Amino acid sequence: MKGMTLIVKKTTQLIAGMVFMYGIYIIVHGHLTPGGGFAGGVVIAGSFILLILAFGSDFLNLVKEESGSTLYENLAILVVLFLAVSGLLFGTRVFFLNWFPKGTVGQLVSAGMLPLYNIFVGIEVAASILTIFLALIIFKEEISE
Amino acid sequence: MELAISVIVGLMILGALYAIHAKDLLSAVIASGIVGYGLVICFLLLKAPDLAIVQIVVETITLIIMVAVVFDSSREESFSKPDTQGYVSAITAVFLIIVLFYFFKISVSALDVFGESTLRMAGPYIEGATEKTGSANLVTGVVFDFRGYDTLGEATVLVTAVLGVLTILRLKGKK
Repeated sequence: MKGMTLIVKKTTQLIAGMVFMYGIYIIVHGHLTPGGGFAGGVVIAGSFILLILAFGSDFLNLVKEESGSTLYENLAILVVLFLAVSGLLFGTRVFFLNWFPKGTVGQLVSAGMLPLYNIFVGIEVAASILTIFLALIIFKEEISE
Repeated sequence: MELAISVIVGLMILGALYAIHAKDLLSAVIASGIVGYGLVICFLLLKAPDLAIVQIVVETITLIIMVAVVFDSSREESFSKPDTQGYVSAITAVFLIIVLFYFFKISVSALDVFGESTLRMAGPYIEGATEKTGSANLVTGVVFDFRGYDTLGEATVLVTAVLGVLTILRLKGKK
């Protein structure tokens, strides 16, 4: 897959970082403002897809990128499972127990374990969607060879 | 607000109908995008910005992939003469539509007014959620605390889908 014109490349250079930052903002503020792990993860994956579409597939090493995103995806879902199981070790011993101190409502560091769940589910969703997109591109290039 | 939603849903139906009947496959894909983006505006009007963010990004990514598929294959729709199986499928579809419409007609009088929930759990969820979870965003509190199992299931479904895609699309073995 070839890249696009110079105008698209320049615009992507300016925008992609901001899209990435917006995704991180949505994930980190997931327990305060609308959004959360799923929404922010999809936005982060969108910024990577924008880069790949604008600069073409030889700009990034796609196979290496894909193995990295697969690793992050599986590690993130594992961490979410461990966080859920950790509720069985403390307090009233319930699966998915929110045993961290809650803090004051409205602060950035509050709500116990909800921000951690948001962050790791965000990583998992972003890596999943990026992996599917990369798998499609790599498949097309392997066929055309 | 109901008027605005009705107008947008009407536009979505028109877009879906055009997507079925368009000769050019690229314009069919673009027309099916009307359905997704109309849904975004419906979510915003119904005060669900969480869903609207997800829907607008997922719709864009899906549209990109569909446009790439159309550019890679032909833009013409290929027709073939219907055989016996086609007629059987068509008759089954018409029969299914009639049955579904019949039961919809029966059950529509028993439904509540649009937007009024009948769920028994909806009240207790909303009442003390902020104190119980410590989260200012009620949706995150419900999704990750009260309904943690659901979220874990969703995330697992996504991982399984990726594993399936990688299994199918891998031509050469990984070195």
